[in-house]
Amino acid sequence: MKKTKIILILVLMLMLIFTACAQQTPVEEPDVEEPSSEEPVEEPEEIEKLSIAIVSPSSINDFAFTQSIYDAMLALQEEYGEDTIDFVYSENMFIVDDAAAAIRDYAASGYNMVIAHGSQYGSSLQEIAPDFPEVSFAWGTTVDTFGQDNIYAYEAASHEGGYVNGVMAAMLTESKVIGVVGPVETGDAKLYVDGFVAGVKATDPDIEVLVTYINNFSDVALAAETAETQIAAGADVMTGTAQMVVGAIGKIQENGGYWFGTQADQADFAPDTVVASQVYHWEVVLKEMIGLRSEGTLGGQSFVANLANGGQVMAFNPNIDIPEEVMEAAQAAIQGIIDGTITIELP
Amino acid sequence: MISDLFSLTVLLGIISSGIRLATPYLFASIGEAFSQRSGVLNLGVEGQMILGAFTAFYVVMNTENLLLGVLAAMGVGALMGLAMGFVSITLQAQQGISGIGFYLFGLGMSNLLFQLLVGTVETVSGFPKVPLPILSDIPVIGKLFFDHNILVYLAFLLVPIASFVLNKTNLGLKIRSVGENPEAADSLGVSVSKVRYFTTIFGGAMSGLSGASLSIALLNVFQLGMTAGQGFIAVALVYFGAWRPWGVLAGALLFSLVNGLQLWIQVLGINIPSEFAVMMPYILTIFVLTLSRSKYGAPSALTKPFEREG
Repeated sequence: MKKTKIILILVLMLMLIFTACAQQTPVEEPDVEEPSSEEPVEEPEEIEKLSIAIVSPSSINDFAFTQSIYDAMLALQEEYGEDTIDFVYSENMFIVDDAAAAIRDYAASGYNMVIAHGSQYGSSLQEIAPDFPEVSFAWGTTVDTFGQDNIYAYEAASHEGGYVNGVMAAMLTESKVIGVVGPVETGDAKLYVDGFVAGVKATDPDIEVLVTYINNFSDVALAAETAETQIAAGADVMTGTAQMVVGAIGKIQENGGYWFGTQADQADFAPDTVVASQVYHWEVVLKEMIGLRSEGTLGGQSFVANLANGGQVMAFNPNIDIPEEVMEAAQAAIQGIIDGTITIELP
Repeated sequence: MISDLFSLTVLLGIISSGIRLATPYLFASIGEAFSQRSGVLNLGVEGQMILGAFTAFYVVMNTENLLLGVLAAMGVGALMGLAMGFVSITLQAQQGISGIGFYLFGLGMSNLLFQLLVGTVETVSGFPKVPLPILSDIPVIGKLFFDHNILVYLAFLLVPIASFVLNKTNLGLKIRSVGENPEAADSLGVSVSKVRYFTTIFGGAMSGLSGASLSIALLNVFQLGMTAGQGFIAVALVYFGAWRPWGVLAGALLFSLVNGLQLWIQVLGINIPSEFAVMMPYILTIFVLTLSRSKYGAPSALTKPFEREG
């Protein structure tokens, strides 16, 4: 019986590790040269026929991270035609070893470009890329290309949309308390949350923003309970990032509050609750990579999707009657970020 | 701001979080307690839960019939329990390993079915809150304890019922004897296999119900992998509760209350790293599990397949 107990304790500890490490491993932010994505790309130029493969940690319809890259591929396909671009994907590659195997398989079986859509895939990519000098790899969300000339890096300036969401949230809250549910305090999630808080504080410094990281990407029940807790503490407007937030959206909906989304347009999920979503349009950065590739550059550069280049777009929910002054403030914030008149102070 | 923790709002908040979070654990742990008391360790609870959660969600999405959703989830859980029974009782396979197998099966199957049949995250209208007449009007306590959906009441009601069945009925006696001394039970004419099949199937049904309590009562949504390891915690709580329903209740409440507490700690801005706060309930469970020297031992025949001699 001792033995079973030990096994059980081991399993529990294993789970603890899973919870603690969650999905995105922190990525060291290396010093990089100015991202080269400032000007939007013009007309689609003639490009070679491309077969693209995507490897991603969650599912293509997660209303969040993976859906954003999937939607981008559909957009690319629409633009260039299915004859020019065909793509395949491996979703739910939560286990990095499996993802690495998939990346290698795709590269070996003749795909021109393999997109590793998850910051946790970095070290695998670093190992695999040199073996396939003819294949372009894209790694997101990060800025690190490991100095290899067949790896592109891409990330989103998610603090920009976060800021705009924050400005609107600050104007819509009546209780002056706003709740935020995050997965892990690192990477894209942290960037978004920090931008959001900055937007709120710039609008009304007296508002209290409750930020809770639940260190988990899938525990819907815990996300829901976090929302309940924040609502009990007075929150009437909320935001959050990663796929477990559906639990939190449900709770703020029940309580008649507002939600601000990120990564994908979440208005379909809760049409009477989601005010606005920051949507990633990775196709903007992917187009630059594809363009460079057809000119013979296989990688070595990093790109940022932001409001200025259209890699990030604010989607306002038409079902919600957003007050005019809130809408104006949002537009002013977007313009200010694009012009550079607003600088977002991150902690 | 530690003192903020002792306000009434926070206290009530922690308790109501605790009650909601404990609900799925209660169903799954009590089912698991039955199966372990009869000698079968089922580590596949998590798989049964998530498949139950999906089934309930899918049925309710299509029929809007909540009772049917619950029954379907229990049915799927029971089927998985039956399969677990076949593997561990009839085929006498190593129980820990086969349980892990069933966990992976349930997880993968729920992912596959979700992608095929639903495709995207959606909500359903699940069990509404049912304030109990009179009781829910009691100030403070009424709202806290008597304003929940029906599955929450059912989960807590299950504790005394399960305790009664295990300790005071003929069936309970059979279950316990089969788990403690199957040879003796067999010689007295109790069918060890039958009893064990019954408990694994019952345990599976309870795990399915546990999943349903998430997807069509507490959250009203299905998301891939949404049980997030709760099934394993449920197994741990059986050990924690020393295989007794009341003990399981204590464990489930402790774990859930600490979880509620850590959420408040973060909301109140008390300066503890969120990573640590989130670990608190797990650490506590491991700690208590490691230290517990219960006066009740585990069922003697737990994980031991029974083979009739001669």
